[in-house]
Amino acid sequence: MKRKNVVAKKVSDLAPSGIRAFFDLVLEMKEVISLGVGEPDFVTPWNIRETGIFCLEQGYTSYTSNKGLYKLRLYLRRFLKQRYGLDYCPDEQILITVGVSEALDLAVRAILNPGEHIIVPEPCYVSYGPVVELAGGVPVYLSSTEKTGFKITANQLERACTKKTKGIILNYPSNPTGASYTRKELEAINRVCRKYDLVVITDEVYADLAYDHEHTAFPALKEAKSRTIYLNGFSKTYAMTGWRLGYACGPSELIAAMTKIHQYTMLCAPIMSQMAACEALQTGKRSVEEMKKEYHRRRDFMFESLNDLGMSCIKPAGAFYIFPSVKKFGLSSLEFANRLLREEKVALIPGVAFGKSYEGYVRISYATNYMQLKEAVVRIKRFLNTL
Amino acid sequence: MDEILEILEKDARVSAEEIAKFTKIDTKTVKRKIKKYEKDGVIVGYKTVLNKELVREQHQEVRALIEVTVMPQKNLGFDHIAERIYQFPEVSSCSLVSGTYDLLLVVEGKDMHTISNFIAEKLSPMENVKGTVTHFLLKKYKEDGVILRHREDNKRIAISY
Repeated sequence: MKRKNVVAKKVSDLAPSGIRAFFDLVLEMKEVISLGVGEPDFVTPWNIRETGIFCLEQGYTSYTSNKGLYKLRLYLRRFLKQRYGLDYCPDEQILITVGVSEALDLAVRAILNPGEHIIVPEPCYVSYGPVVELAGGVPVYLSSTEKTGFKITANQLERACTKKTKGIILNYPSNPTGASYTRKELEAINRVCRKYDLVVITDEVYADLAYDHEHTAFPALKEAKSRTIYLNGFSKTYAMTGWRLGYACGPSELIAAMTKIHQYTMLCAPIMSQMAACEALQTGKRSVEEMKKEYHRRRDFMFESLNDLGMSCIKPAGAFYIFPSVKKFGLSSLEFANRLLREEKVALIPGVAFGKSYEGYVRISYATNYMQLKEAVVRIKRFLNTL
Repeated sequence: MDEILEILEKDARVSAEEIAKFTKIDTKTVKRKIKKYEKDGVIVGYKTVLNKELVREQHQEVRALIEVTVMPQKNLGFDHIAERIYQFPEVSSCSLVSGTYDLLLVVEGKDMHTISNFIAEKLSPMENVKGTVTHFLLKKYKEDGVILRHREDNKRIAISY
């Protein structure tokens, strides 16, 4: 092609990931113990997989309605009602999506006009900012610090709100820190959202991996439901990342808007995944409890071990990540990760991947079996001794 | 069930120090509790689960499930006859079950001949044994919750957000 600027400006303007080379290095190396994986180490529980196989055998290979199988929406309604007392109408207020990733993109595109601002608390999952930018919006990053447990405060949020602010993207328990908000903290945040009339997009994909506390769904707060797009999915809870299945619940008007985009861009989520998800909601509870227990133990082990090694960290309240500081070792987080990988073959992710201000931190995922975690701790210790 | 037991049931090699980390109980208490479980017979032993198919040459071993119908004894029920049966070293496990027979045994021997000898000479002639049905095990797929097939490597990509 002769044409210059083949790639849209919006896309070429997206900042490239600063740690792509590091990722490539990890993928090239053999025998690495990876603490850098953002998905469960369990395979999908057998009863769910078996349902997927059964669907294929029976010839369920078609589209479903745009919104997703009615049965699945009905089960989700029941689940959310039991779990959080939230009542969403399966006809108008629930949309089945291809992972939470799609749901997030739809939510952002459904609400944003060019130039409007979305507040994105940091450190955060890597896609939030780019998704807002691609939708023509402006992500306004709000850094949280170790001092506040990597959580933003209501005051901080209030100071960031302007006339241009349209909404906020929340994620708790958080990737990369494992931090989660208490009901009280959420109520304070909700008061600010009400005051500035913000749309709240809340990504609660790790809600079922909450340790030592009851998870509070944002729309369950007083007067929050009508302004909230609640996002969740099956990937983390049921170890179903590859099935690509998520969902969004919210006020009819917003779900209708999201469905409009979804029907033209995605049409529907895969039917086998949807049917498998029905099985997950019906019979998956026991497997979820078992996996959660295992993550919980690993969290305690990693928290204790890292602190013993002098990598100070905040105890994660959920998910399967821990975000220790490596400041005192005098290396940048990328150098730290690079050297640990080359010298001891342990992979983790430099904190800068999750926000510019997180130089000096690394993300460790404990979605890896206990034997490997134990070995990883031994290797990290050996590495720290050489510094 | 006590969490200490849950952890050990899954992996007997986890040390008291590690259990302490998992459970937030201090190491000393964990050690004391384990000692007590051992003394009380709650923890009966520690062993390794082997896939014997893979170590066949050295340990050619045959296993059979034997359904045994017995005559319960006055005042003693099944316990006495069960005891007489489970004392044999050939019997690796013995349970009283509901249904069409009474005791279910797992019997191990170095070949089929040994097992049939055991049945013919020891088990069947016993006074209260009314009958036996023997099933030789051909292949074992899962034992005590552990799938014996050799696990494939993890299929996840090594690093992701």
